[in-house]
Parts: sequence; C-alpha cells; structure tokens
Amino acid sequence: MTTPKTIDITLKVWRQQGPGDRGRFESIPVKDVDIHCSFLEMLDFLNEKLILEDKEPIEFDNDCREGICGTCGAVINGIPHGHGRGMTVCELHMRKFNNGDTIVVEPFRARAFKVIQDLMVDRSPLEKIIQAGGYISVNTGGAPDANAIPVAQEKAEEAMDAASCIGCGACVAACPNASAMLFVSAKVSQFALLPQGRLEANSRVLAMLKEMDACGFGNCTNHRVCETVCPKKVSIRHIARFNLEFLKAGLVGRLSLDEEEKI
Amino acid sequence: MLYLDGKVPGGPLAEKWDRHRMELNLINPANRRRFSIVVVGTGLAGASASASLAEMGYKVKTFCIQDSPRRAHSIAAQGGINAAKNYANDGDSIWRLFMDTIKGGDFRSRESNVYRLAQVSNNIMDQCVAQGVPFAREYGGLLANRSFGGAQVSRTFYARGQTGQQLLLGAYGALSRQIADGQVKMFPRHEMMDLVVAGGRTRGIIARNLINGDLEAHAADAVLLSTGGYSNVFYLSTNAISCNVSAIWQAYKKGAFFANPCFTQIHPTSLPHVSGHQTKLTLMSESLRNDGRVWVPKNSDDKRPANAIPENERDYYLEKKYPSFGNLVPRDVASRNAKHQCDAGKGVGPTGRAVYLDFMEAIKRDGKEVIARKYGNLFDMYRNIIDDDPYETPMMIYPAAHFTMGGLWVDYNLMSNVPGLFVLGEANFSDHGANRLGASALMQCLADGYFIVPYTLAGYLGEAGNSDVGPDHAAFNESIQKVQARIEKLLSNNGKRTVEDIHRELGRVMEDHVGVVRNEDGLKTAIKQIQKVRAEFWENVKVAGPADRYRMNLQKAGRLADFLEIGELMAVDALYRKESCGGHLREESESEDGEAIRDDKNFCHAAAWEFMGENAEPRLHMEPLVFENVELTQRSYK
Repeated sequence: MTTPKTIDITLKVWRQQGPGDRGRFESIPVKDVDIHCSFLEMLDFLNEKLILEDKEPIEFDNDCREGICGTCGAVINGIPHGHGRGMTVCELHMRKFNNGDTIVVEPFRARAFKVIQDLMVDRSPLEKIIQAGGYISVNTGGAPDANAIPVAQEKAEEAMDAASCIGCGACVAACPNASAMLFVSAKVSQFALLPQGRLEANSRVLAMLKEMDACGFGNCTNHRVCETVCPKKVSIRHIARFNLEFLKAGLVGRLSLDEEEKI
Repeated sequence: MLYLDGKVPGGPLAEKWDRHRMELNLINPANRRRFSIVVVGTGLAGASASASLAEMGYKVKTFCIQDSPRRAHSIAAQGGINAAKNYANDGDSIWRLFMDTIKGGDFRSRESNVYRLAQVSNNIMDQCVAQGVPFAREYGGLLANRSFGGAQVSRTFYARGQTGQQLLLGAYGALSRQIADGQVKMFPRHEMMDLVVAGGRTRGIIARNLINGDLEAHAADAVLLSTGGYSNVFYLSTNAISCNVSAIWQAYKKGAFFANPCFTQIHPTSLPHVSGHQTKLTLMSESLRNDGRVWVPKNSDDKRPANAIPENERDYYLEKKYPSFGNLVPRDVASRNAKHQCDAGKGVGPTGRAVYLDFMEAIKRDGKEVIARKYGNLFDMYRNIIDDDPYETPMMIYPAAHFTMGGLWVDYNLMSNVPGLFVLGEANFSDHGANRLGASALMQCLADGYFIVPYTLAGYLGEAGNSDVGPDHAAFNESIQKVQARIEKLLSNNGKRTVEDIHRELGRVMEDHVGVVRNEDGLKTAIKQIQKVRAEFWENVKVAGPADRYRMNLQKAGRLADFLEIGELMAVDALYRKESCGGHLREESESEDGEAIRDDKNFCHAAAWEFMGENAEPRLHMEPLVFENVELTQRSYK
C-alpha cells in the first residue's frame, strides 16, 4: 500500500444561514487532502474538522455520489460541477487540483432557485415543470403489449439521449439568462420522438413552457453553454426539437379548455 | 415462538393470484376518496404505488428524504429488467422465470410470491413502454433483449446503462401527474421518524421536516413503507448516502417482524477502495464479466504495474478454480474469492483491496471498437473516478455491499404482521430468498407498486375500514415526544468523535465478520464489538446542531443510531442460521471447494425476529417454506 499523496488547498466557499441571510464567502484552509478522494469527500473531511471544532459544517445536497441522481451541484471556480465535461461534482476528484490552489465554491444561482442554506438551492421549480406535463398520461393497467407499437431504432436512441437528463439544474446555473430550456426540452424531446408521447405533444410543450416562464426562468437565446456543462452531455438538438414542437403546437395546439375560456 | 402464516391462497400455483384477486375485498371507486394512505419512500416501489393508488382515487400522502422523488436510489440501477415475454423465442415463460428466480434465491423465498412476480413481469413491461420509457430497440422497431447473470434465456430489457433511472422517471412522471391533479400530497425533504401504532393497528407516521426540523403527525388508514435496503450498515456500499434502515427499523420496534436480516448481497464488481476518506463504492455492471478476466499477481510481494506482470506470474484464480463457469460464477462466489485473495495479501491498488478485471485479451481479440460499444459508458465512468484507462491497463474491482434480501416480514398481501402496515420493494423480505438475481430487483419493486398493492390494500381496507384516529391522538403525541427526546440527546452529547468516524468503525466490523464469509467465532465477536461501538456512539459522538435548520450531520447521526442496532440483529441472525445459502456463507457449512451447503432439513424457513425491548434478545419466529412445485437442488458451478 503506497502512502497517499496529499495537497493543501484553500476553499473560498459560499456560506448562507438561510434564505433571508445575505450570505458571504468564507476562506477556509484545508490541509492534507488525499488526492484520491472526491470533491464531496473533501467537504466531508473538512466538515468533520469543523464539527469537532464546534463550527458550522458546510451544507450541500448530495446522494448517489456516482453521477446519476442529480442531487449534487455546485459551481466550482465558475463552472457548474467543475471542469471535466460529462461529470457531476460528486465525480470530481481532488487529483484535478494542485497544492496551494484556491477553489471558489458557490451554489447554483438563478432567480428561480432560492438558496436554502450554504450550497443548497431550492430546485422545486423543476418539479413544477415536470408536473405541468413531463409525462405520458397513462394510468396503471390496461397498457397494450410492450411490442404493440414499434419504435424506430434511431428514434429510440435519440429519445434515450434526451431522457438521460438527471435534473440537476447545472444548465440553469450556467445560462446567462438562467433559462431551464435544456431541461424542459430534454423531456419534451424524449416524448416527441416516441409514438406514445405524440398524443399529448401539443399540450405538453405549451404547458411546460408556460410553467417554466411562470417559475421565473429566463428565455433561451442560444448561448449553448448549457450543453457544455451538462453532466450527461444532453445536446441542444433537443432545444431545436422543442422549438419545432412549440411552433407546431402554437399553430394547431390548444391549452386546456379552462385556459381557452380565459382568453 | 410462532409459526407465521404467509396467507398463501389455495389452489394450483398458477391460479393462486387470480383466485386471490377474486376473493379480496374491493373498495367502490366512489368510496376510495374516504381513505388516506401514507407512502414513505419514492423509489420504484413507492412512486409506482403512490401513483397507482392516487389514480384509483385514494388520498395519498407521499414522503421522501431528498428534494425530489426522482432522486431515489432506484435511479442507479444499470443492468436491466427481466420479463417473461419470450420475445427472443428462446424458451422463456412465466414458469421458467419463476424457476430461475426461486433457484437463484437458493430456495429460501416464498414460492407463491415468486410465481406471482414472474406472472406480473409482463404487465410491468407493458406499463413502462406506455409511459414512454426509452428501452433499447432492434432495427425492426421491436424491443431489444439481452441475457443476464444466471439465466440461459435472453429476457432482460434495458435502456442503455440507465434502466433504473428510466424506469424510475416513468413512475415519477405518473406520480407527478397525480401531484398536479391534487391526488397526491407530496412531502419532499421529510424523513419518517416513527411509526404510530395503537389499538393493534397502524395509525400513521411522525415525519420530520428536514428544512426547519418540525415534527409532524400524519394520520392514515394504512402506511406503505418502500424505503429500500440497509446496505449502508457496511458504511461502504453501492447505496446512496441517505439510504438507511430507519423507517423499517422504527416499524420493527413497534412490532413488525424483521425477516432474514443476514441475507445481504455483496456484488463482485464495484470500484475499489482508493482512499481512506471514501464514502461509497460505485457499481460496475455485472455484464463486464462477460469479457473481462479476473486475476491477481501470483506473488503477494509483486508490486509491479499490471501490464509489467507476465502471464505465467498471474493467478487467474476463478478460471483455475471453476473451470466450467470461470469468470461468470455467481455474484456470491466471485465476491468470496476476491476477498480471500485480498486477505491473503495478493490484493492490488493503493489500498490492497482490489483485484484486476482485465480486458486486454478481449480488446486484442475483438478490437477496441467492439469493446467500446459494449462497455463505453462504464469505461468512461471508471476513468473519471479512478483516473486509469481500462483500454490500456486492467480495471481494478472489489466486492461491495449492494442489496439486502432481508427486510420486514410480509404475507402474500405484502402486509406485515402489524395490521395496516404494508412493505414494498427492497424494504420487504419476500421474493428474492437468499440471493437476488441480476435484473430482478427492478421487476420486484414495480410489481409490488403497480400490480400487487392496489389489490391487496383494498382487501385490507375493505375489512378494516377507516382508522378513525386523528393526528392529535395520544399515540402521536407520545411518538413525537420520544423522537424529540432522542434528537435532544444526540445534540447534547458533546463527545469527541464524529458520526462518520463511528460509522466507519461499524462498517469495518460488519465487513470483517458479517460480510462475504461468516463463522461462529467471528459472529460472536461481531456482536460484542457492535455493542461496544454502539455504547461508544451514545457516550462519545459529537453531533452538529441546531435542530431547526437543515443539518445533514444530525440526520446521519439518527440513521447511524439505527444501523448500530440492525448490525447486531444481522449478526444474531447469521449466527442462528447454521447453514450456507445464497449470499450467506457460514464457513462451517462449506464444501471442500468452498461451495455453500444448505441444510434444508433444519433451515428451510424464514427467520422472523421480534423486538423485545432495547438491549433485550429478539424473539425468533419462523415461516416454514414449502415448495410444492420445485425440487430443491444444491448449486454447483464446476
């Protein structure tokens, strides 16, 4: 067993006690960081020290620590999830940093994402968007045989690409407009490609976009930085497909009867 | 001691479920809105149950610890989901899926439950495709299949390497629709702290709002626990950080029997320990073993890089020991052998706790492109985390605690011995016996949530009626006070050791003595050591407060307190079960070549433990397992 290589770093980390607190950056030196440990494990390591010293640990959302649940997320040196395309912050390892580095760590900032505490933000607006139409309305039971409707292989692959979004919100954090377009379009695109999703395609795209606007996300102006930081490399092709669906729906689609009555 | 009745319906195996559904009570659609159901946990089982019950008209309250139901650890499952469609035309059937699952479980599961599982597997696929789950397709547009560990037919459906995520998103979509419709009231960032039982019936739960620390009483006519498994008792496991035993553990303390707690599955291919600060082990899909060759250096002093070690100085130990199955021996066999090699000092990697999984020969034989198409995303994941290139040097792997076949005891209706308490998914004990086959966990969770509990819950409610006990009842207040007191105790302790540190210590004891290989002395030692660590925890842990803000450390402290108790029950159960079966290997019941030897005469039953009080020995009950339709055989892989 070889002796672990360690580095000393300084964390410049955002601290905020609650939504009402103004918040500030705090500089914390962290010594003897094992380069094989992950970024979040480094935060755990630091938190253990802080707890034993009666100081407040840094709160951050995390769960699977293998890049699939979408719970974790922080802006590391200005980039959501840190450097390294196609990775979440829980997959970022300390060997990517050098001895003496200062690492700036902030939450995913957006008008629609209120800071809860330290690096934790409230991403429930993403839930609301899904609730507005990110599904196919089929009750349990009564579904036809799984092979009843063939799906072209390339459409299935493209739908799978879109479906691999993990709902982390990095796209929102990176976007200069804090738009959730990559997130919304991924879901719309997945269902637009599948025959089962075509039945509600028009109402889905209109309803989800309406909700995105209502939640305070910005609009898409094709900066494309979302795609660059997405840990699942979701493509802006899906935004293009979303726009196409939106145009079609705008021409021939309808909102709910309630909505129409209001107009 | 009681002999437990699984309430298995009569009649031939293939007719039991249909017959039972005719016999179960129904609740008139117009009456369903009079019943309130609480569902805890939003993985495949919880999300599918919440959505299905809400669609039917019940008033559902659903709770999850994370910020969204979509974070549940079902999301991480990679491999695929089994169904008996026989689209591959290679001999699959409901009967064969049933047989494979029962044998895979080493004849320690309830026959009727497993048959039902195979029966509804086809409905599950239909439902998921209808939800828009993007399964892999053949060029003609029909669903693709692949074969998986332990099966000789191609019955596994998959969505790239993300089947768990996609299935969960299907159920999450259905749940989201019900939330939007007002049929489900969703409580994210809420942790169940206690089960409330009064007058011999489940009455509801106490939930803690993790953002502001408020303790809330939620009354219900039935409670469904779908909170997953307890592999985090080993500290290092493939589970997510928040996975815990607490919800079912509180139910255990309120009288629900805990069955076969020692039946844990250690998966052979996970990323190895690379750092003393490691907090989890990441699973690498079992499919890698189709092309990789497992080896360690013959000489334990050999610290050369892998590619510098010539063929004749490598020990391909699985191929040598098991000529027929070679690298494809079942999970428990592969895990045991890897541990033996590392214990003998032959392990590789920075911590010596790893063995090689070598693709160099496969790459030479098939070409890099073919290997990349099969395993590309897994190799990328490996490179991201370990910083080595599996195309150039052998991968390092190590066994990791992964799944728990044990859980709360349930009858054929998925109801525990406590009336009104249903347990779904990995949290229950029923369908996998002593070993779970690959691609069957996803199947079981969705079966429970979509196609079983909607029927059996009505069966219970039709008889039991409304609970008529509100959240201001004494039983709820008592629970709240108990939970409050424990939180205060944890915060006032002011010791010198962190929660992480003590959890690591527990994990080491569990891995050493209650892991892949168990023996009498080791288990007795484990029990004493766990009791010591538990005492140390309550004496010396330092937990960060305050309780009225989000404080992950306080949450983890509460969960660790429960792991420190179930760890002991697992050792007690393993000590009791003097046989080897599936993932439970007792050295005393092992053949000369290291194969598990069952003792069907004395142990063909589920061991269900009853809580008898803090620090009191649990009481054993048994459910005899009767196999009317299969012949019990010993497993062999030579």
